[in-house]
Amino acid sequence: MYDYYLAIVLAPLAAAIIAGLAGQKIGRAGAHWVTIIGVGVSCVLSMLVLYNMFWGGAQAENISVYTWAVTDGLRMEVGFLVDRLTALMMCVVTFVSLMVHIYTIGYMHDDPGYQRFFSFISLFTFSMLMLVMSNNFLQLFFGWEAVGLVSYLLIGFWYKRESAIFANLKAFLVNRVGDFGFILGISGVVMFTGSLDYATVFAGAEGIAAQNIEVISGTPWNAMTLVCILLFIGAMGKSAQAPLHVWLPDSMEGPTPISALIHAATMVTAGIFMVARMSPLFELSTTALAVVIVIGSITAFFMGLLGIVQNDIKRVIAYSTLSQLGYMTVALGASAYSAAIFHLMTHAFFKALLFLAAGSVIIAMHHEQDIRKMGGVRKYMPITYWTALIGSLALIGFPGSSGFFSKDLLIEAVKESHWHGQGAVYWIAYLSVLLGVFVTALYSFRMFFLVFHGEERMDAETRSHLHETPAVVTVPLIMLAIPSAVIGWFTAGPVLFGNYFGDSIQVDSAHDVLAHLGDTLWHGSLGLVTHSVMTPIFWLAAAGAFTAWFLYLKRPDIPETIKNRLSGLYNLLDRKYYFDDLYIKGFAAGGRTIGQFLWQKGDQLVIDGMMVNGTARSVGRLAGMMRHIQTGYLYTYAFSMIIGLTMLLGWLIWLK
Amino acid sequence: MIGLQHYLVVSAMLFVLSLAGIVVNRRNLILMLMCIELMLLAVNFNFIAFSRYLGDETGQVFVFFILTVAAAEAAIGLAILVVLFRNRRSIAVQELNTLKG
Repeated sequence: MYDYYLAIVLAPLAAAIIAGLAGQKIGRAGAHWVTIIGVGVSCVLSMLVLYNMFWGGAQAENISVYTWAVTDGLRMEVGFLVDRLTALMMCVVTFVSLMVHIYTIGYMHDDPGYQRFFSFISLFTFSMLMLVMSNNFLQLFFGWEAVGLVSYLLIGFWYKRESAIFANLKAFLVNRVGDFGFILGISGVVMFTGSLDYATVFAGAEGIAAQNIEVISGTPWNAMTLVCILLFIGAMGKSAQAPLHVWLPDSMEGPTPISALIHAATMVTAGIFMVARMSPLFELSTTALAVVIVIGSITAFFMGLLGIVQNDIKRVIAYSTLSQLGYMTVALGASAYSAAIFHLMTHAFFKALLFLAAGSVIIAMHHEQDIRKMGGVRKYMPITYWTALIGSLALIGFPGSSGFFSKDLLIEAVKESHWHGQGAVYWIAYLSVLLGVFVTALYSFRMFFLVFHGEERMDAETRSHLHETPAVVTVPLIMLAIPSAVIGWFTAGPVLFGNYFGDSIQVDSAHDVLAHLGDTLWHGSLGLVTHSVMTPIFWLAAAGAFTAWFLYLKRPDIPETIKNRLSGLYNLLDRKYYFDDLYIKGFAAGGRTIGQFLWQKGDQLVIDGMMVNGTARSVGRLAGMMRHIQTGYLYTYAFSMIIGLTMLLGWLIWLK
Repeated sequence: MIGLQHYLVVSAMLFVLSLAGIVVNRRNLILMLMCIELMLLAVNFNFIAFSRYLGDETGQVFVFFILTVAAAEAAIGLAILVVLFRNRRSIAVQELNTLKG
């Protein structure tokens, strides 16, 4: 299998290099063929790996490929840990990536940066695979930063747009904040275990948990809690959890395929994957899990609310992504790692589908993204309409869709997580995910109705050109719609309750909510679907969809009235809880002010003015004073010599 | 009997005279050069007197060295003086103040 793993990782890299460096030579068709073949090879091999794991009984493999450096007993290696968790992630990443590659042919058809784009997305696939297949923290960090870099490059893909450059810088900076925590967490791991290797670290996890560390002297903290929270700060940056979420909506400045691949399906889930991978560590700190669950539930509920007031089609989906990432984080905090990863998988399919469907509408509308200028698109674009409907139904958790299984079980798992106590933490988490269902349904169907139903609000020029997009766009839509619709039926059981993940995810038996659910709730997929009608989750979703229908199709005048009545609340949502203002006017402007001060006072005044030029100036000034002693007359010099001589003699004779 | 101190007194007088020549004289550069020569002679006087007094010939050997150097110095000084005169048409000391700060 060793060669397979290498091929899976290196095929996209090779394709990226070819398309990137020889893009002019191989032309546009060459660029998309070489990258699609590269990712296709990865995808097929990944599926083979998953097949072997699932049905072939293959065991997890931990392979060291290359030793990069050894210093002071610390081995820095490149290696692969391929277990069932990794295999699942590999399939999700490569499959969505492949679909996006194909879709891009249609979406970027007229773009001058065609080859560059394909090179970047292949490079992204490589980086993401390095991240998920890593068997040590260093390679994890490499992949982590590499996907961040590619994300930066792709958000700013249209680098002549002011807003794109602003967005990619913002994404990069906000991610730095998270990465700072992440690298501190890794340092903590190395400090306590002396190793970067997962296996060694996990084996020594109990040892970390047994120690205390005094970061602020006098207050001992549990070492594991500290390490886990630091690692989770990294996940907050990458997976856009509040308060480090601000970069994700802005990242929609990039081309839509990127929004689908990187900023919805794969890269942003890296944080979720990482926490699941670190489950042996997180399980040992309930404090860290409580932090995780609270952050996740805040993100899940409040970011969902923002989706209701957005008018840009991609931003609505972006806030939906934030909210769904919050759901996954809540599941992590409830120790239902499998549920988080399962939701990650279904979300990757249906959210990529929704983004690509939005992209399809955007193509047809000639790159118009404002949903107020759409409407009634349904009859012009039937394939897009039906696939978007499947995606939306999966997103709100319509019984039977993939999203239903993941979200329903996720919420049930949170409901069972009584070990967080019956206090605030439990109720914040449970109510957030429960009410989030209503919000999700509301914003999803608001967008859906505004785009596909109702009166046609676009101008006549656009309407006359409106037609279904070409096959390279619709085929990926259909290919993604299939798993979005049905994958839950036959995977929910084995993944969540069938111990699919085995040893790759470790859950303390006292926390194991999924095992508990397996005993009480789970009676097969069909049982869950029929049971759903009796849960509040179903009714909240239905109420959300109905509200959206009532407000935006039946009585379109009501939203306007609500907006005027509750202008304070509307402004709060429209300004995104003033997070952007706080960061831009607070931190960024504050940082610039400090920088300005240090530059003008510290650098220009003290160092340049006083140290460097000041030395020269004071020597000059001293010399200017001294030169007035010089008369230029020989006799004066002679006289001063005599005085000197006399003084010297006097000193010799009388004082010696 | 003429003792050491007589020689030293003469030498000191010569030295002070030459010093006064340098400090007081403000017109003639040649005079200044001569004063320097005189100063060296005063030093030589001291050397010889002490050499005789202490019975050590090293002092007299030094006198020869000084005389040689003084001769060479006089030659160079006069040469510089000639060049100076050619350039400035004057050897008046008070006009030579280009070193003034």
